Amino acid sequence: MGAYLVRRFGLMLLTLFGISLIIFVLLRLVPGNIVDILFDSAGMVNPADKARIEQELGLDRSLPMQYAAWIGGMVQGDLGFSYVSEKSAWAEIGPRIPVSARLAGTALLFAIAIGVPLGVISAVRQNSALDYALRVMSLSGLSVPSFWLGLLVLMAFVALFGAMPIYTQESRTWTEAILLVLVPAATVGFRSSALIMRLTRSAMLEVLRQDYIRTAHAKGAYPRAVNYRHALRNAMLPVVTVIGMEAAFLAGGLIVTETVFNIPGLARFLVESIRNRDYPIVQNLVMLIAFLVVTINFVVDLMYAALDPRIRVGG
Amino acid sequence: MKRWLSLSLATAILATAAAAGAQTPKQGGIMRAWQRDSPGSASIHEEATYSTNFPFMGVFSNLVIYKQDVAQNSMDSIVPELAASWQWSADNKDLTFKTRPGVKWHDGKPFTANDVKCTFDKVRDLTQDKFRKNPRKAWFSTVRDITVQGDNEVTFHLERPQPALLALLASGYAPIYPCHTSAQVQRTAPIGTGPFKFVSFKQNESITLARNPDYWKPGRPYLDGIEYTIVTNRSTAVLGFIAGKFDMTFPLEITPPILRDIKAQAPGAQCFTAPLNVSTNLIVNRDKPPFDNADVRRAMALTMDRKAFVDILSEGEADIGGTMLPGPEGVWGMSKEMLATMTGYGPDIAANRAQARKIMADLGYGPNKMLKVKISTRNIATYRDPAVILIDHLKEIFIEGELDVVETSVWFAKLARKDYAVGLNLTGNAVDDPDQAFYENYSCGSERNVTGYCNKELEKAFDAQSQETDPAKRKAMVWEIDRKLQNDVARPIILHDRKATCTGPALKGYTQMVNSVYNGYRFDELWLNR
Repeated sequence: MGAYLVRRFGLMLLTLFGISLIIFVLLRLVPGNIVDILFDSAGMVNPADKARIEQELGLDRSLPMQYAAWIGGMVQGDLGFSYVSEKSAWAEIGPRIPVSARLAGTALLFAIAIGVPLGVISAVRQNSALDYALRVMSLSGLSVPSFWLGLLVLMAFVALFGAMPIYTQESRTWTEAILLVLVPAATVGFRSSALIMRLTRSAMLEVLRQDYIRTAHAKGAYPRAVNYRHALRNAMLPVVTVIGMEAAFLAGGLIVTETVFNIPGLARFLVESIRNRDYPIVQNLVMLIAFLVVTINFVVDLMYAALDPRIRVGG
Repeated sequence: MKRWLSLSLATAILATAAAAGAQTPKQGGIMRAWQRDSPGSASIHEEATYSTNFPFMGVFSNLVIYKQDVAQNSMDSIVPELAASWQWSADNKDLTFKTRPGVKWHDGKPFTANDVKCTFDKVRDLTQDKFRKNPRKAWFSTVRDITVQGDNEVTFHLERPQPALLALLASGYAPIYPCHTSAQVQRTAPIGTGPFKFVSFKQNESITLARNPDYWKPGRPYLDGIEYTIVTNRSTAVLGFIAGKFDMTFPLEITPPILRDIKAQAPGAQCFTAPLNVSTNLIVNRDKPPFDNADVRRAMALTMDRKAFVDILSEGEADIGGTMLPGPEGVWGMSKEMLATMTGYGPDIAANRAQARKIMADLGYGPNKMLKVKISTRNIATYRDPAVILIDHLKEIFIEGELDVVETSVWFAKLARKDYAVGLNLTGNAVDDPDQAFYENYSCGSERNVTGYCNKELEKAFDAQSQETDPAKRKAMVWEIDRKLQNDVARPIILHDRKATCTGPALKGYTQMVNSVYNGYRFDELWLNR
């Protein structure tokens, strides 16, 4: 177990190193840099001023020097500063982490809370009217684009309540804060829950056909106990994998939802920073998201062992 | 028809102003406004977009300003701010301002005439601490020196008379900065003498201002503060406005179809349609064959059906004009009759195109030998859409255009390198004054003259109109220059767009300026009736 953890940790570091190289190089392959963007908002370019600012920001140094300065700073806890706001990168990134974490966490909870039970019900009631209804619901969840659903939800709120749950300034009451998280989270979670539901259903169907399930029924066990204690546990392995993948996606992929609901989270900030070629922000944010993704994958691997005793880590 | 529309618009504005004026302003309340994007910085002097002026103009004061409750900017609507009075010398080469005593910066330090000198010396690039970028340095090229006499008097010494200097100083782009702060501070946490103090600027999130209790204008501002929420998605922002989340939309950001939605869903909203004084124009690289041939450029000007652009892009809600914004909103624009006499402006499009085809045929082009060219433009809808129509119009004269969508960040760099043949651009005029428009966009060597157009003879005419003190004579000179610019296909103006601003029922005292979108956001007279 110890050796496995050390090996996984080493792999994580290697992955992060690779990602750091890729993002660093990719950013510099994109045409234009921050100075071009700065001049864009001034509607002109002055070559002398441009060169001066590039020197100020260290963009005139060689790429290896720039990379070494970034990694060196990161190791010492210095993430650099945003070229746009001229604040420290951490001051820009830090406050946005809880915003995105709240949204992603709630969306994931919503997806699991809806997707898993409905998947089980759909499997247990296979080919019933309820199963068909749930399958149509899950299909629509997968087919409806998030931005469209988000706008639809906002329009419905405006039409029905004359109000809408979008971020303006920091929420003033708890109820407002909860609503601001719940509605966008449900919008995102709807798609994830559909995926989880479909997967749970197919995994459950496979397990429900096993002999030991038939035996459990023959022994007179309660159907609920058979379905949830015996079948679901064994059907959960692929579901956990998908939940892990969804969690990784939610960690940095909520750009559409954050834009539609105007949530000042990490994903929207990342896209804006890429647009601005704000290298320190983009590089550090990508590394943060990459770290979360590899950590989630690691946790999922560990959960396999907990769910299925036949799987032993490092075995 | 347009005149009637304008008249009814003016009547509506007057009626609104009268209605607001009939009520007694109330003190207090936070105005919530939609901000369309995250400005590059808080430093108005360093930016060239009203995305900066809208939220930050309230932080500052100018020496003089266009009266905020008068819709049309003109020399007659200029009023003092930090200047108590001003006086031209007899030869019109020295402009002396007596500054207002007892004014404090937001950090409590006293404002003096020296701050005026510091500000414009920095704009003229004469100080050690420099702006990162300085887009309006050319505005003050006639200023030879600025001298200070004591704490309350400052004089601008000019190389030659330039009456329009006052107009430039009245723009939202001419705030006074303190001597005691750096350019970096002004970009991130600006200090001014305006009605509102800077509180915070969170990138892509919000900008917050709070009432300045020491504002030099007694009893103002009425508002306790302003919260600008940055909403990049226009649909979300408009829904937010309809739902009452905002008291005001981003200025002149509402297109005709959206305006219809707002009127239907938020009947209490007041909406004002006005020109932005931003023109959509054709740019041609005059150094690149075959576009170095004046005949080719002339043919291109002849093929454009401006009315088609207006109808398709703006549902008829845009104006056809020259460099200067057409009337009745524009002060210096040419009449329709004059416009009709210029290259490509005539109403008979078929005849214009026949003439253009003949030019192209004489140059050896025809249906079997099309001139292939890339039409470069920024990757923004307001640029892309007219570029597509332009390609269609060029096809009529044997020019086969291919849309070259340029990543927006490198657009100006590409233009500066002259790395294009034909392009479509948008140009904003911050001040409805010929000096700003001509020198900034058409004078030899100006950094904002993206086509590099340079006509020394015309430049002399720029100087002549600039020195003219008689408005009627100056107008005639301006029209002649504008006519030459259009006939010379310097940067053919396709249209001047119009859009709308909407305010919620509680917001009072807002005047939508009709000939500049850069100058009307001091907001010290705004109040909320909640």
